[in-house]
Amino acid sequence: MSARRSPTARSGARATAVAPPPPPDDAAPTSPEPEAGPRTLTYREACREGIRAAMLADERVFLMGEDVGMYGGCFGVSMGLLEQFGPERIRDTPLSESAFVGAGIGAALGGMRPIVEIMTVNFSLLALDQIMNTAAALQHMSGGQFHVPLVIRMTTGAGRQLAAQHSHSLEGWYGHIPGIRIVAPATIPDAYGMLATALADPDPVLVFEHGGLYNASGELPAGAGAVDLDTAAVRRPGTDLTLITYGGTLPMVLEAAERLAAAGVDAEVLDLRTLRPLDDVAILGSVRRTHRAVVVDEGWRTGSLSAEVAARITEHAFYDLDAPVARVCSAEVPMPYARHLELAALPTLEGVVAAAERVLRGGA
Amino acid sequence: MTADTPTQAPASTPGFRDGDPPEVRLLAQMLLVRRFEERCVELYSAGSIRGFLHVYVGEEAVATGVMSALEPDDAVVATYREHGHALLKGMSARAVMAEMYGKVTGCARGRGGSMHLFEAATRFYGGNAIVGGGLPLAIGLALADRLAGRDRVTACFFGEGAMAEGEFHESVNLAALWRLPVLFVCENNLYAMGTALARSESETNLAVKAAAYELPAWSVDGMDVLAVAEAADRAVQAIRAGGGPHFLEARTFRFRAHSMFDPERYREKAEVEQWKQRDPIELLRGRLVGQGTLAEADLAVMEAEVAAVVDDAAAFAEESPLEDLADLELYVHDPASSVLRRAPLLAAAREGVAP
Repeated sequence: MSARRSPTARSGARATAVAPPPPPDDAAPTSPEPEAGPRTLTYREACREGIRAAMLADERVFLMGEDVGMYGGCFGVSMGLLEQFGPERIRDTPLSESAFVGAGIGAALGGMRPIVEIMTVNFSLLALDQIMNTAAALQHMSGGQFHVPLVIRMTTGAGRQLAAQHSHSLEGWYGHIPGIRIVAPATIPDAYGMLATALADPDPVLVFEHGGLYNASGELPAGAGAVDLDTAAVRRPGTDLTLITYGGTLPMVLEAAERLAAAGVDAEVLDLRTLRPLDDVAILGSVRRTHRAVVVDEGWRTGSLSAEVAARITEHAFYDLDAPVARVCSAEVPMPYARHLELAALPTLEGVVAAAERVLRGGA
Repeated sequence: MTADTPTQAPASTPGFRDGDPPEVRLLAQMLLVRRFEERCVELYSAGSIRGFLHVYVGEEAVATGVMSALEPDDAVVATYREHGHALLKGMSARAVMAEMYGKVTGCARGRGGSMHLFEAATRFYGGNAIVGGGLPLAIGLALADRLAGRDRVTACFFGEGAMAEGEFHESVNLAALWRLPVLFVCENNLYAMGTALARSESETNLAVKAAAYELPAWSVDGMDVLAVAEAADRAVQAIRAGGGPHFLEARTFRFRAHSMFDPERYREKAEVEQWKQRDPIELLRGRLVGQGTLAEADLAVMEAEVAAVVDDAAAFAEESPLEDLADLELYVHDPASSVLRRAPLLAAAREGVAP
């Protein structure tokens, strides 16, 4: 994946809730056989190839959700899979998030390995009962008798002028819940490889795909496959401060690091990758080396993932810090439609650079 | 039986002997549920059982009749008023009672309590305290059977209150659309906690309402266990033959309060008394004695055997140990999860020491 997304990729050309299907060349089924060499894929294609590989590897895997079949997925992720796998394994559901998420839980209990797609994180609230009260709780309240090997994929994030019911970043909310694992692929290898690991996980895994990343492209190395879901990744090593982020804001944060480098500041960029459980080894290890941290999170600031990360740093690395932890989050408004308002509500490159400079000054 | 193995063979129904007519078994099962729950109420008053306790007294014919139509490998999803369902599916009285005591020997090791009884071995999937929350789970279990080519049925119990929930409509629609092998059993006891049917449903004929989803739906006298058993048997056979989901409304009544905290201001005593005239246990007992199938002496033996099982369960629960506090955080992740493997590493990082 290119380290920098263009500003237009962030603001996005897609202005409809249900994006038009991608162009035909994007839909052409690719070979199920592993490619010999590295290939260049979009994030969307990487997600699709991850699903395809998982379905070829295990007959228990099936995909279920609204418009995943004949439509090809509201963001085009599952384009072509119905033709390859048929309607029993690529199942279009009615508009009934609670029922089909719960059906995924039941099917997982029944020995299958379902992948449930929810169009956007905002829609997942209609299934919150099933996710929270059943998927996350069942193992504990059954005394360990039942586990739920279910994967739920959903789109998150803003930047496409989809306004206040399609644009939020609620993965921090989900990160509050014991019993589920939360992951946010930000790169092509992660978009491809996280799914296999998630399906092998004995517990429910929620995969948050940032809608602004689907058109980003990058390289999938030869032999790419399953990746771990435990560790954060240093995407850019540095010594002066740590920029901590995940998912859709990673490209922008990497760009901010380059901007800082031009000014002589060597910033480390840490991609959290897994939002629950957080990789305290990587977070605290990096901050203990650089002594300064900025957390960049597209969620709202109050009660957010960034709050959790900042709290952990102050709880466990307070005496290693040379400045207070800074945060760059979304403005506390339901996401507005107008482009200039939406951009103003979101974390920006300039905001990240300014926060970094403030932290480098000791927080003043 | 040791404290480690609370499960007993499901076939052993106290008061029933091989060779007895099947109606005797139904009576013995209803009696076990009734006497077990009467003891639960006593134990609740004594403080041995805490939390919420919802008893099924008066409604026993529904689960007993439906369960008689199921095979051991069929799945059951029930509500928070599920002690009877758990016992009838084959869970031991010990495992159920110990769970209500919050003991480690309970079916959920004290994590679930009265509202969350589970047992993998008997395919009993709860124990769901969210009204309507079990329906999506049930269709998923049925979907897995369909995809795996297994000839199994999932029975899903819910109250009439659930029929006002979106999850009912979403789930029945999906089950009918995909023709999944689910038996939906609506236990219509006329009151969703304190809200009478006519105050919560625009269409009070629930079978008519369900039939809008294009699945066979009918009502049955939920106080007559033989009628319930016959209706359930017909439905289960049709489902197993590939007939898709079926809906059965059992018209019944809860003789006691909704929970132990319910002053019952929402219904008249006369209504309760009127329904008690149709006590499902008395109806069947009268019929079996009347036709000479059972003698009063047989009934006394049945009562004694049931009482022995209930006594044993209560003693077992009383004597059982509590879960070790060190095990508080068990069962949040599967033992095979890397989350558990990495936890010490993360803890060491927080303490700033090398792992």
